Amino acid sequence: MLYREAGQFKTTYAADQQIFPIRQDRIAVLALVFVAFAVVPWVANQYWLSAILIPVLIFSLAALGLNILTGYAGQLSLGTAAFMAVGAFAAYNLDLRVHGLPLPLVLVLAGVFAAAVGAVFGLPSLRIKGFYLAVATLAAQFFIVWALVKFPWFSNDSSSGVITTQKMRLFGKVLDTPAQKYLFTLTVVALLALAAKNMMRSPTGRAFMAVRDMDVAAAVIGIPLMRTKLLAFAISSFYCGVAGALYAYAYLGTVEPEGFTLDLSFRILFMVIIGGMGSILGSFLGAAFIVLVPIGLNVSTQWLNGVLQSGLQWSLPGSLTSNLELMVFGGLIIFFLIVEPHGLARLWQVGKEKLRLWPFPH
Amino acid sequence: MGERRIGDVVLALEHVSLAFGGVKALTDISFDVREHEVRAIIGPNGAGKSSMLNVINGVYRPQQGTITFRGEPRRGMDPHAAAAMGIARTFQNIALFRGMTVLDNVMTGRNLKIRTSFLEHAIWWGRARREELDNRRKVEEVIDFLEIQHIRKTPVGRLPYGLQKRVELARALAAEPELLLLDEPMAGMNVEEKQDMCRFVLDVNEQYGTTIVLIEHDMGVVMDISDRVVVLDYGRKIGDGTPGDVRGNQAVIDAYLGVAH
Repeated sequence: MLYREAGQFKTTYAADQQIFPIRQDRIAVLALVFVAFAVVPWVANQYWLSAILIPVLIFSLAALGLNILTGYAGQLSLGTAAFMAVGAFAAYNLDLRVHGLPLPLVLVLAGVFAAAVGAVFGLPSLRIKGFYLAVATLAAQFFIVWALVKFPWFSNDSSSGVITTQKMRLFGKVLDTPAQKYLFTLTVVALLALAAKNMMRSPTGRAFMAVRDMDVAAAVIGIPLMRTKLLAFAISSFYCGVAGALYAYAYLGTVEPEGFTLDLSFRILFMVIIGGMGSILGSFLGAAFIVLVPIGLNVSTQWLNGVLQSGLQWSLPGSLTSNLELMVFGGLIIFFLIVEPHGLARLWQVGKEKLRLWPFPH
Repeated sequence: MGERRIGDVVLALEHVSLAFGGVKALTDISFDVREHEVRAIIGPNGAGKSSMLNVINGVYRPQQGTITFRGEPRRGMDPHAAAAMGIARTFQNIALFRGMTVLDNVMTGRNLKIRTSFLEHAIWWGRARREELDNRRKVEEVIDFLEIQHIRKTPVGRLPYGLQKRVELARALAAEPELLLLDEPMAGMNVEEKQDMCRFVLDVNEQYGTTIVLIEHDMGVVMDISDRVVVLDYGRKIGDGTPGDVRGNQAVIDAYLGVAH
């Protein structure tokens, strides 16, 4: 009843090409952005900001990067964490070696470095596809982490290999409270998400999807396959690089090659698959799912233990609780993939379709 | 509707031969296509018709022979160069982008007209948006022309076969081609859909002046709409001329009906 587009007529192509063509959506998104910027920093406590919201945002950005490559352009990659590592180390070294570089510029340059590296490791995509390409991008994952450990120059000859990042400075002001870091991260993520949406609804995005859906037909239309694939790798790695820099600066506070293992690449791939391939919103939903569900499960097993403790004077053994969390988490992933193989984003869309009719059956 | 003026030769193939390993797909084929005409390529299955189209738009490179398009002789094309020169095509088994809507599919046809970079796309406001709107206007003309307005926002995977064929034609037309290659545009259609498609092909030819090369199995269609016909059999040209000439050609009759040995 409330959510329907009846009466909203489009009289120009410009109006028809808006990101959110339905008025209710626009209002909801503006409200969400307002809450995220103006309400959350005041309301959320330190734990929520630095242990939940900041990582969700950063992982969303990384998932968005991978989604551009895998979901939109159809090139499977397992090198996401490596491209994040390039971004993180590039940011660290730029900050260290070039004095007075402003933070936004550091992030952009870190992204550009990652984009260049990503484009190089995207070269095999010109010859191979699918699972074989995924294996080729594994090379990026192992090679980059190896190189960062092997050459101490990258970590400024630090003996432990774990380096503390410099303070984040924006316009001469140090960002040290979680709320400030959160606002900075949110701004970067929001701007990059908007840019991604714009690219994906433009000829760039259509060329990516054309290459994904049928490369021969794309070539015949005049889409240059090589350029398009490498551009997809570069743009995707740019997003991953910026995410990696934020991961090191705004979340961990340290940079180390071991923070960017294959495990992280897989986590981000799962975010994309669960959130929804080829969907900007899906990247956010997937990241939130993968970060929040384990925390939720942890809280609920602790609560369950508390109940058992007080009621039966007995609690689950520690080894069981941690494995139980993993089992339920795995089960949930399988459940969601069976219910909606196209991810949470599609589930959301189906929900909106239903909402258009609600409360009537037809 | 005025009389179509058939002009000079726009595309000429001379002594083209194509082989895959030991298999000869095309042997020493020469023919030409004149401006504004509808040129049909016919022949039994496996005669090399699709290979012929693939040679024209650069998917395959012939081992021998030259292709002259608009006076420019070349040994072979690559698909991108062919598209840039104004050659568009449709495929025998539909080659649409299944994950995209009809509108997006047709918009990809405008790809070669894009002058803005991905950075401008990211910012959206300004040049990129103006260009997008211009292209949308052009694409909507094609959508109107082919009468697919009602399915604009539908993902192509959900459409019936006949409509998918029409969307593919729309995507090719969106590029404003000079030469349009149609690989069995009416295959698998019922009579009504075939009639629609014939009308669209003729309308394209008349209104936009597009030169059309088409492969078709339905002899009735071929005889009705084409100006000249090339007949292939086992990779060789066995006939060439107006539909009337070809119909009376003994070699063609033998190829289609078989000969007593």
